[in-house]
Amino acid sequence: MRFMMIVKASEDSEKGVMPPEQMLSDMNKYNEELVKAGVLLEADGLTPTKEGARVQFSGSKRTVIDGPFAESKELIAGYWIIQAKSLDEAVEWAKKAPNPHGDGATTNIEIRRIFELEDFAPSKAIDQARELGRELTKKK
Amino acid sequence: MADADVRRTIDAVWGIESARLIAGIARIVRDVGVAEELVNDAFVAALEQWPSTGIPDRPAAWLMATAKHRAIDRLRRSQRIDEKRISLKDDVEAGAGEVDASLDQDIRDDMLRLVFVACHPVLSLDSRVALTLRLVGGLTTEEIAGAFLVPETTIAQRIVRAKRTLSEARVPFEAPRGAELEARLPAVLEVIYLIFNEGYSATAGDDWVRPELCNDALRLGRIVAELVPQESEAHGLVALMEIQASRFKARVGSSGEPVLLLDQDRSRWDRLLVRRGLAALDRAERLGGALGPYALQAAIAACHARALTGADTDWRRIVALYDALAQLAPSPIVDLNRAVAVGMAFGPQAGLAIADSLTGERTLSTYYLLPSVRGHFFSELGRFSEARTEYARAASLTKNVRERELLLKRAAECGRDAEAETPRSTA
Repeated sequence: MRFMMIVKASEDSEKGVMPPEQMLSDMNKYNEELVKAGVLLEADGLTPTKEGARVQFSGSKRTVIDGPFAESKELIAGYWIIQAKSLDEAVEWAKKAPNPHGDGATTNIEIRRIFELEDFAPSKAIDQARELGRELTKKK
Repeated sequence: MADADVRRTIDAVWGIESARLIAGIARIVRDVGVAEELVNDAFVAALEQWPSTGIPDRPAAWLMATAKHRAIDRLRRSQRIDEKRISLKDDVEAGAGEVDASLDQDIRDDMLRLVFVACHPVLSLDSRVALTLRLVGGLTTEEIAGAFLVPETTIAQRIVRAKRTLSEARVPFEAPRGAELEARLPAVLEVIYLIFNEGYSATAGDDWVRPELCNDALRLGRIVAELVPQESEAHGLVALMEIQASRFKARVGSSGEPVLLLDQDRSRWDRLLVRRGLAALDRAERLGGALGPYALQAAIAACHARALTGADTDWRRIVALYDALAQLAPSPIVDLNRAVAVGMAFGPQAGLAIADSLTGERTLSTYYLLPSVRGHFFSELGRFSEARTEYARAASLTKNVRERELLLKRAAECGRDAEAETPRSTA
């Protein structure tokens, strides 16, 4: 099973403030631990929402809203994708992470299982999704 | 806290931490069997205490400290304390029981020792596989038994016997160095690849792939590659497994039937694993020197991974890579694969010539893929009745139920084509 461990944004991350040296080194150490345990598949950080945008859907109308966005605690600042046998294992890995916003901060790392194709019952939509994937592969 | 919640947490902690705990304790007691017992005891203690005390912030550190105390008690009881061990005890009491506080280098060394002891040549291959999954992979005997479709008692006995063998042979808790490491690494990689293959192509039973076992092998491979980052073959094996694993979903059809490589829907290949596989292969290649057997096989798998459609496959490069592989690790199986590649690059007649030259190989006499490959070439050449005979023979040799169905279907198709052909040829 694969899980995404999602780091939420903070005021500082939204301002584009680089984390202190100690935090970076703790994070590196944690990432290394994941690599050495053979479970880290991918990890990335996201730039602040001032460099992003939202496309808002209202019925058939689309409106583009440029960043930055408020409610920083609900925004995503980065993620890991790990291989684990169960949600419990993923939770134990997340507990080992350094506090993403420093020891004094209150935040959470959200853990979500990544869908596998097997999770879906066979249906026309799934077949179409596969067909589209096939087309995209050809065009690349 | 509810006992059930603690139990779940403890199982999860075992899964992610047991290998490093066992490795760390084995450094003190110098016996992996004893180390595993002590770590097990620490988990039992956790199961007793955590429901009332709550789960510690750092469960691994708690478990390590508990297991270390038990290790030292045990040494004291067996009256084998020397000064070195007393100083270890001081370490523990000074608070160095924190696993996080241990030097990274120590953990790395301990893990390396654990891997090499679990794959020690004094053990049978079956024992090495079971012990590696148990000690390094953190699997329970139940999980291992389930993966290999054997009774749990069989695996339990195998592990007990393996530990006894190590103990009786006085195998030191040491990792080989330098040239000896190079010499013993292939045995470690062999165990991991065997686990992967057991999952990838179930040799018996109805399952075509048991992905969980492949994931365990991948995890073990990545662990070993990080322990010996200078070894190109370790990265080669990881690359090979990542790329092969990327095809899991494409490899099985909607009703559970196997789908062969060239018929696979490539949009279902797992891009993340392909990317990881190519990156691992790149690492192996950048280490310089001639590629070893795993890296060569990974390079072949990469040729398929890079081709957007089956028709884009660079078969000539694949033939060249198989030539290199046949030089390095000559085997009839490699020749058989080379025959397939030659058939694709230079036509079925050329491929059939190589396959035909292998019919006298004793090691292939009961191997279903030889008649299967010859059946394919015969059918390409329009020699349907010979094709039917070969497919039927292949079907009688495979133990995999799904594979047998596929081969019988092909035999039947060739049979129909052969009959359709008869009136034409006599007319």
